[in-house]
Amino acid sequence: MNRRDAIARVALLMGGTVVGAEYFLSGCSSPTQEKEGKQASAPTAPKELVNQDQIRLLDEVGETILPATQTPGAKEAKVGSFMAMMVRDCYTPEEQEVFTAGIKQLDKDCKKQHGKDFLACTPQQRTAFLTALDKEQKDFTEHRRADDPSQYFRMMKQLTLLGYFTSEVGATKALRYVPVPGRYDGCVPYKKGDKAWATT
Amino acid sequence: MEKSTYDAIVIGSGISGGLAAKELTEKGLKTLMLERGRNVEHIKGYVNANKHPWEIPHRGSKTQQMIEDHPVLKRDYTLNESNLDFWVNEKESPYVEIKPFDWFRGYQVGGRSLIWGRQSYRWSDYDFEANAKDGVAVDWPIRYQDLAPWYSYVEKFAGISGSRDGLPQLPDGEYMPPMEMNCVEKEVAARIKANYKNRHMIIGRTANITVPHHNRVNCQYRNKCWLGCPFGSYFSTQSASLPAAVATGNLTLRPFSIVTKILYDKDTKRAKGVEVLDAETNKTYEYYAKVIFLNASTLNSAWVLMNSATDVWPEGLGSSSGELGHNLMDHHFRAGAHGDVEGYEDKYVYGRRANGIYVPRFRNLFGDKRDYIRGFGYQGSAGRSGWSRDIPEMSIGADFKDALTEPGAWTMGLGAFGETLPYHDNRAYLDKTKKDKWGLPVLAIDASIRDNEQKMRIDMMQDAQDMLEKAGLKNVKTYNNGYNMGGGIHEMGTARMGKDPKTSVLNKHNQVWDAPNVYVTDGACMTSAACQNPSLTYMALTARAVDHAVGEMKKQNI
Repeated sequence: MNRRDAIARVALLMGGTVVGAEYFLSGCSSPTQEKEGKQASAPTAPKELVNQDQIRLLDEVGETILPATQTPGAKEAKVGSFMAMMVRDCYTPEEQEVFTAGIKQLDKDCKKQHGKDFLACTPQQRTAFLTALDKEQKDFTEHRRADDPSQYFRMMKQLTLLGYFTSEVGATKALRYVPVPGRYDGCVPYKKGDKAWATT
Repeated sequence: MEKSTYDAIVIGSGISGGLAAKELTEKGLKTLMLERGRNVEHIKGYVNANKHPWEIPHRGSKTQQMIEDHPVLKRDYTLNESNLDFWVNEKESPYVEIKPFDWFRGYQVGGRSLIWGRQSYRWSDYDFEANAKDGVAVDWPIRYQDLAPWYSYVEKFAGISGSRDGLPQLPDGEYMPPMEMNCVEKEVAARIKANYKNRHMIIGRTANITVPHHNRVNCQYRNKCWLGCPFGSYFSTQSASLPAAVATGNLTLRPFSIVTKILYDKDTKRAKGVEVLDAETNKTYEYYAKVIFLNASTLNSAWVLMNSATDVWPEGLGSSSGELGHNLMDHHFRAGAHGDVEGYEDKYVYGRRANGIYVPRFRNLFGDKRDYIRGFGYQGSAGRSGWSRDIPEMSIGADFKDALTEPGAWTMGLGAFGETLPYHDNRAYLDKTKKDKWGLPVLAIDASIRDNEQKMRIDMMQDAQDMLEKAGLKNVKTYNNGYNMGGGIHEMGTARMGKDPKTSVLNKHNQVWDAPNVYVTDGACMTSAACQNPSLTYMALTARAVDHAVGEMKKQNI
């Protein structure tokens, strides 16, 4: 993002209502604690926090948030492994803790409500379950203190949107992507149903 | 054996250094351009410029490792994985913040010309006369008419697109066809014009070419300038100045060359060359020339001067006035307003415009008088929101997804850039207790905005709100996101121009009073800050100073 975009998008940032603005605008996270003076750790292979079974679960969670319609769904964009990478590389340890605990909590709550694992649920059950979880997330967000980490499902939803709409299938099939527009037209007709541009 | 004597040496290869080298070499001077960082080759060095969004692993986000490695850069949008290699390695080159100071540096060939915002505005006599009229700091030794032909000269070379608007506070220049406002911006501009006598919203004047120019391709509307442009569509050292300088056969470019001091000859009272520390080998070299252009960027140019001729002046070359390192300025920003636009659901845009709109200064002009002096301009844009917007009534699933694949409502934001005054005690100085990777002393920076700027920030919010509301926007909200000095990335001052060697570091031709064959033509030379983006003014001053230097050499004055 360049500065003009950053200034223009302050609108979104300040509205405070945008899903995941804090992520979409400035990257993964802005730690509240300064870490100056901390020594750089030697480069080692980053530790995986999410296992392959959990990635399959996250793919299905993503697919329930953004299912295949006339266009591919989040699973085809591999949002499960995208989430795992983002949590590993971009989240603070505190946020990582919330996210990984959230994966377990999700299955536990699903079992409580529907008597089976999320992956064993029908698409209708999954949608009902995550719709309720989304409401919980929205209530939590409304009351959370600014420094608290997000509720885990908010993280999953944010990462699903980011991962999907910036993926190749998301950008080129769910949205319209023109790598080299070649010209600018500031006023073109738009009719309902036309897709949004993938990048601005 | 490497040649060690040249006609001219340029320290720094960014916007002003690159242009100095181009001008000097075109006038026939064998010129050595020194750059402390690595080389970045035009096009080949823009490693992410042609990548698709999905080829950037974290899609531009900050990783925890990046945050740890970049304690300063992380403070703003500037830290982004897709152009990380165009920013300084902060661990190698630390500095001391007496008060928070965001110093966002680009240490490579091309400097920050690769990543600059490209907005290019002339100053007017409202700006050049301001210090004298307000009794602030010292008077500029030049006026608009001294610089006007040089503005024209550099605009024609760089390629600036924009409209001619006939505004006295923002003189028109030599422009390529302007970029277009979108339909919402056009209506907002018309409504502002109808509601205010002295407020105007114009398309940004930007160093993006809109027609082919000197082997450069016109802007392709990708809006990825900060990754380096494979079309050469925006002005940078690599796209414009360097090829011109190389074509003369008179340029030598030496990357990895940290200039540690200007070598000063007490007898002739002239600089005779520079000392260079090779950043890769740690070996020291000396290079000699008749004239030296110092364009290391505002703070680093001061650093070079502070380390030079200390046997004559303990505080460095140019310190006899007591002003070297002082009067550090920036533009304060991150305040304005935004709102929602009703209607225009049947309108959209094609292409990604690498430019926005501009509202030139209107405060404390034309009879207006506020409880602060000087003023601010706005940048901004209107656009339809995208998939990252909230749709409160929706949750998850097919309808939610399909809604996000369509554009949302139009919104518009205005963000101000305000003038900061030159306060003597806003300054940088050497901290010899702290060393960088090469064992060189680092800068300590002690600067803050004051009452005048704080009062201005209230108008920066309120005026934006008023204009957007009068333009018919709804739900207009102001914001003030706070500001550290330096964050505007418009550092200026530290070696100001003036009329008197007792109160300024440079004369009216950008010559160091105490060493007339040393010219400083980057942001360090600025006597006041105005509120316009400053790079075009550095370019004009640079071309003017080179012309002067070559004339002085012919007359054997330097």
